[in-house]
Amino acid sequence: MNAPLIGARIERKEDYRFLTGAGQYTDDISVPGQAYAAFVRSPHAHANIKSIRSDKAKASAGVLAVYTGADLAAAKVGGLTCGWLITDVNGQPMKEPAHPCLAQGKVRYVGDHVAVVVADTAEQARDAAEKVEVDYEALPAVVDPVKARAKGAPALHDIAPDNTCYVWSLGDKAKVDEAFAKAAHVTKLDFVNNRLIPNAIEPRAAIGVYNRADQAYTVYVANQNPHVERLLMTAFVLGLPEHKVRVVAPDVGGGFGSKIYLYAEDVVVTWAAKQLNRPVKWTSDRSEAFVSDAHGRDHVTTAELALDNDGKFLAMRVRTTANLGAYLSTFASCIPTILYATLLAGQYTTPLIHCEVTSVFTNTTPVDAYRGAGRPEATYVVERLVETAARELKIDPAEIRRRNFIRDFPYQTPVALQYDTGNYEATLDAVLKLGDVAGFQARKEQSLKNGKLRGIGYAAYIEACGIAPSAVAGSLGARAGLFEAGEVRVHPTGSVTVFTGSHSHGQGHETTFAQVVADRLGIPIENVDIVHGDTAKILFGMGTYGSRSIAVGGTAIVKAMDKIIAKGKKIAAHLLEASESDIEYDRGEFKVAGTDRKKMFGEIAFAAYVPHNYPHDKLEPGLNENAFYDPANFTFPAGTYVCEVEVDRDTGQVTIERFAAVDDFGKIINPMIVEGQVHGGLAQGIGQALTEGCRYDASGQLVTGSFMDYCLPRAGDVPSFKVDTRETPCTHNPLGVKGCGEAGAIGAPAAVMNAITDALGVKDLSMPATAQTVWRSLQQKAA
Amino acid sequence: MYAFEYHRPSSSKEALDLAAKKSEGRFLAGGQSLVQAMKLRLSSPSDLIDLNAVADLKTLKVEGSTVAVGAMVRHAEVAGSSAVQKAIPALAELAGMIGDRQVRHMGTLGGSLANSDPAADYPAAVLGLGATITTNKRKIEADKFFKGLYETALAPGELITQVSFPAPKRAAYMKFKNPASRFAMVGVFVADFGGGNVRVAVTGAGPCAFRQAEMEKALAAKFAPESVASIKVKADGLNNDLHASPEYRAHLITVMAKRAVEAALK
Repeated sequence: MNAPLIGARIERKEDYRFLTGAGQYTDDISVPGQAYAAFVRSPHAHANIKSIRSDKAKASAGVLAVYTGADLAAAKVGGLTCGWLITDVNGQPMKEPAHPCLAQGKVRYVGDHVAVVVADTAEQARDAAEKVEVDYEALPAVVDPVKARAKGAPALHDIAPDNTCYVWSLGDKAKVDEAFAKAAHVTKLDFVNNRLIPNAIEPRAAIGVYNRADQAYTVYVANQNPHVERLLMTAFVLGLPEHKVRVVAPDVGGGFGSKIYLYAEDVVVTWAAKQLNRPVKWTSDRSEAFVSDAHGRDHVTTAELALDNDGKFLAMRVRTTANLGAYLSTFASCIPTILYATLLAGQYTTPLIHCEVTSVFTNTTPVDAYRGAGRPEATYVVERLVETAARELKIDPAEIRRRNFIRDFPYQTPVALQYDTGNYEATLDAVLKLGDVAGFQARKEQSLKNGKLRGIGYAAYIEACGIAPSAVAGSLGARAGLFEAGEVRVHPTGSVTVFTGSHSHGQGHETTFAQVVADRLGIPIENVDIVHGDTAKILFGMGTYGSRSIAVGGTAIVKAMDKIIAKGKKIAAHLLEASESDIEYDRGEFKVAGTDRKKMFGEIAFAAYVPHNYPHDKLEPGLNENAFYDPANFTFPAGTYVCEVEVDRDTGQVTIERFAAVDDFGKIINPMIVEGQVHGGLAQGIGQALTEGCRYDASGQLVTGSFMDYCLPRAGDVPSFKVDTRETPCTHNPLGVKGCGEAGAIGAPAAVMNAITDALGVKDLSMPATAQTVWRSLQQKAA
Repeated sequence: MYAFEYHRPSSSKEALDLAAKKSEGRFLAGGQSLVQAMKLRLSSPSDLIDLNAVADLKTLKVEGSTVAVGAMVRHAEVAGSSAVQKAIPALAELAGMIGDRQVRHMGTLGGSLANSDPAADYPAAVLGLGATITTNKRKIEADKFFKGLYETALAPGELITQVSFPAPKRAAYMKFKNPASRFAMVGVFVADFGGGNVRVAVTGAGPCAFRQAEMEKALAAKFAPESVASIKVKADGLNNDLHASPEYRAHLITVMAKRAVEAALK
């Protein structure tokens, strides 16, 4: 039996391969005979396609084929589908316009896929793509979601009047309005949650392979959920038999949501592989990624909080217009609704909440989940309102939160969720100490002496992770189950291979999951390998997003291990000539209760595969178990962040001087990996607040189309974080875990903006708070 | 990237002979702008004449009060040269602020000047120090070199060989970086040669680097931060982009000039 591994800072098993360049990403894979695809993309935000001439391209060196939308239509290749049906305020289904894999007569955003060229080399494909002559009739474009609903705005889809996908709401509007009418104080804010471009370090890539011998396909793709990719591609788009398609998502260099979706490129290379009887590879370059990877956020919101004179929250009213981009991406519809409005209670007992969301099509890249997905937007609403209300009522921002914290669990919010557990006071108390909030005033005075402004801001976030109880999700419109699957294969000599439907694209599952398994089976962690990302190896999986892997995928593995242990007890009882009910199991040891007679895990494994002395009348040989796990509830990680900024009055430059984060992720398997996740999330959240903002011009051209203009935060833009955790174990999964992948990105923007507005003494400021934005605010205040 | 012919001459003469024959060819210095443009298919020279093997363009000499930098000397070498650090510390510091580590180990002085990116750092030093640009044909004063957006006094086929910087009494460069690209959104180089000879050069703010006469005059009278602190720079004609309006750039010129003077006095 080993020392306990749960809670140990074990170095990542995968780092050797990543740090020595031995990783195997999609672009590293070369299939014999592979050809290369290059996509012809729309330079217009909105245009009719009058004609496409591809004869010059077809005659170009090395070209195997040029395909357009007409070819796909003739082959009856379907369009991309949306995985979540939202029902609008009138009980009508959302508008689902066709989302063709290659444009059918019209393009709707810069980067929209118009044609594909396949050639012997990538350069030849590109050269030929430039020779595809597309005659466009440019149309007026609209990029602003509010303007898109205005009378006379350019119309994207015939089936979506006013460019509206749906108007959806949650909560009791009449009661909320009544509470507002009577409230002693109302805090109101109008703001934009800025559009972000994900930019995983590895661009998207896909290789489609077709084998004539068995009429089967293999798709290698940088993706977060290979089984979902397969299901969507086979059942909804290409109409292929699912058992004839293998999807492999090998090492994937970051996803942040942008690699959840089924993209047109994945479909086209798979389809083309059969047409040409050649493997077809496509690797996005960075410029292409900027226009073709699904973007995130982009909400325009009016938010109000009603309070009594003591700062007690009475009601919240939120109106949001959400930009979906030109088409519905795979999970676009549920992000600004199910994953947003349901989080508006935050950590507070606000009894009445109403939220109305209008989701709108515009001539921009499709928008979908991006690290946090709805929950950062919700946290921004709640925490900017709470901080602003505290300032208006002259109540300490920590104190106003304390007056409204939820303390009794389970707690049913007015926006559909039931929190199982939490201790918000504990994370708040801890962060006040960690961030030395008591010393802020002295630091502020010192900053003033140095000619700088200093401000402090809080954010107390909650998130719903571990998505999701399938029945609940289904009742809310999900078109898929949201369980997870796992398989534990014990080998005769006692080492173990674990197959999980979760997918690791930077999260370190190969280590974390191995810790869970090695700890429970009492074997060295070196004897456990985690396999993910291949539909041919793994029985099923819903993949990794929404901080669900350990809570849902980890639990499926635990359930499979429970079956292994149950079978092991039977084998042990036979070998030890004891009654099964007398066998006790403790991390690798099967003991006869009250004696020193025992069998180690390895002995049981050996007996299962070399069953000379074995209860054949009662048991099958072998030791291999599967489990599926459908969660009973979401998990609810929560925490409080405190940010301190300094502002250079001359230039408007903001620097983050201190950032303290205390999170409650339930039980923690590997604190080092958790800290890494928090650091990365905080950097992304700080990026949203300070540096990142996707901008289109009025004609729909992407202004921030490269790193020359789109500013990802660099190491120097973030401080040395102080992070800590408090623990209230999740009550409904065996590991007590909640998930940690998105927290930083959820809580940080509000904390940073609360700090900046405090420093400047202004009510609001738009994100990103670049030096120019801050300078303008200072100018306005001085004027 | 489109196909091109690659040449690697070993002398300036050989390079110039090639350039004379290849009218659609380009000299390749450090490749930090040209190669990017080629990769994006925005530039398609028929021939690349790689200067990286031309030894006579790589000399770095400090003679008396002049720093002479060969066109192919890389930013990192200027930044790290103890002779430059001693003669014109502000020049070494500026070179150390260009781009990132990778850029500084590839990018060259000649390449930067010939490209004349409006946000490049070196033009501020060249103009601020009143350097002399030597080409295969002539010597060009800094004041006559920068003509406009990506436009210089260089004729087609003309090759920068060396740049001579006179050492000032004191100088400093202050740069407010574009948050995304880290190029200069506004960079101000201030140099005091004594005897009322003060030069103030601005980069990043206009189509190309330019001198700020009002500040020069005020600093010639008194070389002190307060001499420039209240000078309001006109926004007319300054660059306008996502990151900074002309008004913000005008404001930053004053702030950076003041800080440069403070730094020069330290």
